[in-house]
Amino acid sequence: MTYLVEMKGIEKRFPGVHALKAVQFDLKPGEVHALMGENGAGKSTLMKIMSGIYSRDGGEMFVDGKPVSPDSPRAAQDLGIGIIHQELSLMNDLTAAQNVLIGREPRRGFGRLDEPALNAKVAEIFASLNLAMDPQTRVSSQTIARQQLIEIAKALSYNPRVLIMDEPTAALNDIEITELFKVIEKLKGDGVGIVYISHRMDEIKRIADRVTILRDGAYIDTVEAADTPLTKIIQLMVGREVSQNTPVIPDTSQNPVALEVRNLSRGKEVRDVSFNVRKGEILGFAGLMGAGRTEVARIIFGADPRITGEILVAGQPVDIRTPHAAVEAGIGYLSEDRKHFGLAVDMTVRANIAMANLVHFTSRAGVLNEAAMKDTAIRYIDQLGIRTPSDMQQVRLLSGGNQQKVVIAKWLLRDCDVLIFDEPTRGIDIGAKSEIYALLEDLAAQGRAIIVISSELPEVMRLSHRIAVMCEGRLTGILPGGADTTQEQIMELATQRDSAPLVSEEV
Amino acid sequence: MSAITTDAPQSTLSRIIAAGTHQRVLAFASLIVLLIGFSVASPNFMQTSNMLAILQATSVNGVLAIAVTLVIITGGIDLSVGTMMTFCAVITGVVLTYAGLPLMFGVIAAVLTGALCGACSGTFVAKMAIPPFIATLGMMLILKGLSLVISGTRPIYFNDTPGFSEISRGSLIGEIIPSVPIPNGVLILFIVAAVTAYILNRTVLGRYCFALGSNEESVRLSGVNTDRWKIAIYALAGSIVGIAGLLIASRLNSAQPALGLGYELEAIAAVVIGGTSLSGGRGSILGSLIGALIMAVLTNGLRVLSVAQEWQTVVTGAIIILAVYADMMRRNKTT
Repeated sequence: MTYLVEMKGIEKRFPGVHALKAVQFDLKPGEVHALMGENGAGKSTLMKIMSGIYSRDGGEMFVDGKPVSPDSPRAAQDLGIGIIHQELSLMNDLTAAQNVLIGREPRRGFGRLDEPALNAKVAEIFASLNLAMDPQTRVSSQTIARQQLIEIAKALSYNPRVLIMDEPTAALNDIEITELFKVIEKLKGDGVGIVYISHRMDEIKRIADRVTILRDGAYIDTVEAADTPLTKIIQLMVGREVSQNTPVIPDTSQNPVALEVRNLSRGKEVRDVSFNVRKGEILGFAGLMGAGRTEVARIIFGADPRITGEILVAGQPVDIRTPHAAVEAGIGYLSEDRKHFGLAVDMTVRANIAMANLVHFTSRAGVLNEAAMKDTAIRYIDQLGIRTPSDMQQVRLLSGGNQQKVVIAKWLLRDCDVLIFDEPTRGIDIGAKSEIYALLEDLAAQGRAIIVISSELPEVMRLSHRIAVMCEGRLTGILPGGADTTQEQIMELATQRDSAPLVSEEV
Repeated sequence: MSAITTDAPQSTLSRIIAAGTHQRVLAFASLIVLLIGFSVASPNFMQTSNMLAILQATSVNGVLAIAVTLVIITGGIDLSVGTMMTFCAVITGVVLTYAGLPLMFGVIAAVLTGALCGACSGTFVAKMAIPPFIATLGMMLILKGLSLVISGTRPIYFNDTPGFSEISRGSLIGEIIPSVPIPNGVLILFIVAAVTAYILNRTVLGRYCFALGSNEESVRLSGVNTDRWKIAIYALAGSIVGIAGLLIASRLNSAQPALGLGYELEAIAAVVIGGTSLSGGRGSILGSLIGALIMAVLTNGLRVLSVAQEWQTVVTGAIIILAVYADMMRRNKTT
């Protein structure tokens, strides 16, 4: 049979990264083909090539057996390929209807819009999806879940023959997911081919026909969903040393509590979160996108206001309203976005390490003591094994792993007792990851309390002495670290949603 | 998706309020308060002649503010409108005074020159990916220089073109209804406002103004040729600036090549007071019109009260900060 879409030997390079290495993928009409892999495996890149957002550096692509090279989203749409993006990409200031038909507005001539026709057309699309929504409602007034539904309606309005869904359920609750799956079944019946990207194992079993696994930009295997156990799929995804990633977990239960958080709440993002971290302990935070982990960290660090709750450092209540106050209290936060918030990339390694602590390197007359800064920088370059030709190297010329080490050096210099790492290995290659892990373990062994937020389950399981799991702003459970805790146990807590649907709260 | 609440169809009123018009309502209320305040403070303020003077003073800044509103809604900024206005006036001078062509050619030249300049800015922004601030800053200087070069740094007078000064100072309405001698400049301001508001709210061009300011990448990924539309929007804004050039040249009966710098900031101030968001995606022509009126009423009222001109500038600055602060407060509350 001819495939709806066939991709062979796809290559893609970004500066410094070989993102896709001879990847193959095919899609039949009327099937749901799941694309699985860890973060950075290349799933989204492959789908952006299929939908004309990126161009490929090598390989072939066929639609209905004919070679094609969509070079723009428009060209892919003309081939019948539609995509629902992972990040919401709606225009918040426009109405639902205006969003759905953007670029294809019904017109009256002379560029005039036919607004009633626009609204009627979109009302029809919503009805076919069983979606109760006023087309004239403004997108910004809708919850994330309902915005996701608008996004889905937009993709379907192109009547695609191929529909790519990149984590479509990341923000949906159970009822909404069930409705979405009904729509998917209906599309399948119409012969539409669906590419489905998701991190949720349970969904794969529920709707996928076939599963293709990518790892580190390479094609691994394609299997039938029905007769492949989930454990096998996970093994293919993770690939490397799954079993030996259990660290020796020190007994820290008698150590003093370094940080305690009680009943932290802020709107819907963070709801009644309580936990503690002891000195010498690594507490991992697991959860899905939007579970509220980063939000908790930002509140503790004083970057966002908290509405209710208490924060205690070494048993003493502290009132943290600004990041400055957090640092004074001995709490450091290493943002997930190093380039934006962690580093001045055009400045030298030396300048970056000294940055947060310039007062210590300044004479009374306000002049910087370069010699002392140099000594300190060199000490940390040695201690952390930062690979750089000199302390005068610009940070942007270092690799991701070494940049992260510079950020860590910066915070070590502040001598914080509690360090919060938000996605510490994002964008870092596998070799450098283990160095960062060893560094975190060292820091804990020295008696610091470490909090690690990570979306990669193997990472959380590899590092954590205890694992806190969040879902929809609530802390749904704390699991022990080590070999006894399984991915399934974590996923169960991470998807333990409120029984009441999200939307009913607004009524 | 069925088990979810149904949106009650919103009434038009609630929709208008939900559309973030608080700032516009606030601006309008401020305008009324200012009008009442000044008329209580001085009996000379509410004179018909003074009201007409205020409207006349609004016309140039109002038209410029309308042009800048379009660009700001796309998430951009246009710093070149002041000197572009002058450049259009100078070109009109060249066409009418130097070449001696009939009046109509001058009008067309002004509008076309503006559209061309706007298209240039738009091309720099869209095709060359230069930030709007920088691109229009460059245009501002280029046009200022060109105006001086072309005119030989001397004003060009329109004494040979009968009727040119009527564009701004005459009164078509006054000829029909002698009791309301509204100057043509004001009439033109309102016509430009009405037409632009229609374009913004009822045409594809307007829709993409808001869409670009709201989420440009998303519009691009939806298959819209964003570069082309952006250039079109800057060009439309430029042609409106051309009309402002005609108004000011007509009022002064000359093209003053050294004039223009500073007008862009007054126009941006009017837009901001009127509630258009500098981050793009939100805004209205009516708001900018009210913003321009507030600035004119303030200047006029303080002058009637014999407040020194230096202080008028201080007050205008404070009003801008207050207006934006009020907008920020409202926004923080809703998100």
